Amino acid sequence: MKMNGARILLESLKREGVDLVFGYPGGTVINLYDELMNVREIRHILPRHEQGGTHAADGYARATGKVGVAIATSGPGATNTITGIANAYMDSIPMVIITGQVPTPLIGNDAFQEVDIIGITRPITKHSFLIRHAKDIPTIVRKAFYIARSGRPGPVLIDFPKDVQISQAEFKWPESVEIRGYKPNLEGHQKQVEKAVDMLFVARRPVMYVGGGVILANAAAELTELARTLQFPVTTTLMGLGAFPENDPLALKMLGMHGAYAANMAMTHSDLILAVGARFDDRVTGKIATFAPHAKIIHIDVDPTSIRKNVRVDLPIVGDTRDVLVKMIDCLKGQTEKVTAQHSAMEAWHEDISGWKAKHPISYKQSTSVIKPQYVIQKLRELSEDDAIMATDVGQHQMWTAQFFEFNQPRTLLTSGGLGTMGFGLPAAMGAQAAYPKRQVICVCGDGGVQMNMQELATLVQHRLPVKIVVLNNNFLGMVRQWQELFFDKRYSQTCLELPMDFAKIAEAYGAKGLKADKPSEVEQVIKDGFAHDGPVIMEFKIAREEKVLPMVPAGASLNEMVLNA
Amino acid sequence: MQHTISVVVENEFGVLARVAGLFSGRGFNIDSLSVAPTSDESLSRITIVTRGDDAVLEQITKQLNKLVDVIKVLDFSEDNAIERELALIKVAAEDESRAEVLRIVDIFRAKIIDVTPKSYTIEATGAPAKINAILDLLRPLGLKELVRTGSVAIGRGAKGWKG
Repeated sequence: MKMNGARILLESLKREGVDLVFGYPGGTVINLYDELMNVREIRHILPRHEQGGTHAADGYARATGKVGVAIATSGPGATNTITGIANAYMDSIPMVIITGQVPTPLIGNDAFQEVDIIGITRPITKHSFLIRHAKDIPTIVRKAFYIARSGRPGPVLIDFPKDVQISQAEFKWPESVEIRGYKPNLEGHQKQVEKAVDMLFVARRPVMYVGGGVILANAAAELTELARTLQFPVTTTLMGLGAFPENDPLALKMLGMHGAYAANMAMTHSDLILAVGARFDDRVTGKIATFAPHAKIIHIDVDPTSIRKNVRVDLPIVGDTRDVLVKMIDCLKGQTEKVTAQHSAMEAWHEDISGWKAKHPISYKQSTSVIKPQYVIQKLRELSEDDAIMATDVGQHQMWTAQFFEFNQPRTLLTSGGLGTMGFGLPAAMGAQAAYPKRQVICVCGDGGVQMNMQELATLVQHRLPVKIVVLNNNFLGMVRQWQELFFDKRYSQTCLELPMDFAKIAEAYGAKGLKADKPSEVEQVIKDGFAHDGPVIMEFKIAREEKVLPMVPAGASLNEMVLNA
Repeated sequence: MQHTISVVVENEFGVLARVAGLFSGRGFNIDSLSVAPTSDESLSRITIVTRGDDAVLEQITKQLNKLVDVIKVLDFSEDNAIERELALIKVAAEDESRAEVLRIVDIFRAKIIDVTPKSYTIEATGAPAKINAILDLLRPLGLKELVRTGSVAIGRGAKGWKG
């Protein structure tokens, strides 16, 4: 059957199982939006800014594991998606971004609302396509989704000129697609797995270092099984939180710049690091020269470029982390005696770790007069549902959430790890809530970041998305202020947000609910009221203004050189 | 250390930009780059001369392989490949130096492809070291203009890529 290009694209999205898109109309996608009225199976959420829409698609993808879809018009619509695309690229989030483009004959002529969005996004997309003929649309869409979700996932951009949206072609859905230059290596090499298991058995001070790759590969259950079988302690990166239950005695919690003392000490003293879906980011390793000086490193990752990019690796295993973990578990099954022997050989190591955990647990000084942000996070955990989804923005509140909100399930933390995007939290929570209307979705923000995409409050209200927004308000850009306090002689250059905002009033203005607490005694009630409200809420907490995120490994220092009290 | 990398890519618009952008974005060096279609018109072959230690070379190869449009990456060394470059050299040639230029051209088995009363234009091919050598000899005579293609390389015998 012949149909126009716009319809072919929408039919192709349907074939890919897309039932929800986040998009913003405009001149070069007006035909696409016109056709959308005829396609009932695809729900559309209208953000108030394309950046919000892109982060929402990202949040949707993080929470569900499916490919998030965002639509924007050409020119400024397209450029507004850039931060969202870069954010998804850095955290390997599967996403397809569809941008309108000026009609093909005008491309390159500086037409109204024309930008070379493929050129602009080339370094921040996994791949991109310009559609030139309507007949190519199904194959391009199929390829785009396949590339976005397979291997190391990432964002793929499809640029869709207006004339192609109008032109007619036959809709033929390809049964399969072949991309000769793209063959992700998913199968872990059996011999390498066996070598790795031999190394595990001789380790006396092993640590499992787990990243977001485990969550992306849906391998949290396998990872947990492997860790418990071996009785290896587990530390996770920020992106890996939720891959291993933090309430498990083997959990060391997060490592790195604001990681737990026990986690960083364990890495430093380890004789074997089993890295799974993690990429040895500089926020994790600290000073490379002194990183894990005694450890042999086994690195499991689906992306060969992650291996030996930052640190030496003794045994690489390229493959889907789930596939490799399953093979490791299978390999251990025939060797129960060795596993048992290994358990007793690690007793001293487990004692060391218990000692570190007891010596400097993640903690803070409670106050009766002023609200401590860590207290709010603890109360949120206590009062929220077990499967609540937590989105954060970027900064101090993000680190406090990582430290004090216990993550026990995968895909329950949506946070901007690689790019560190302020303004991510609110729209990401919006995307997760749209995917799971019945689940509790909480967004913890600072007073800085929440204002970067605050317009999405309107979207929450319009689409009845009951996100619970928590604003930890210290009237500062807190993380930068903390660095200024510690490393710049308290010269608070441009980090004080002088204007005392009333976030509750802003919520009310949008038709959401606004609540606030000034004193520690009010915290619990505000959270209870906020959670009980059937709709979007801002809960504002006036927190201790100069509270710091501790412990901290100063930039460029070794992991074991932690500032514990400052 | 200098390396010659041969990259077989989809012959489509934008692919060269992806490869070049990868090098600039990640701070890898390009000493020379040449590109043209292969015998299979749907493929192009890019030859890049780059430099870096083993770790950098490993990253370059892996990052290139990661690009969706890259079909194959070959890292050539002296013993498994042959490398050639073409240079067009315009050199001042007046009075007694005219004969000297001709002698140099003869020794290097190069060709004169354009002649004026004041200059010769020479076409020279060979390994980059040979091109450098002829240039060293011509330079004192008055090098007016130089255009080099950059290296292309092909694997010896069974080594390489079919197509």
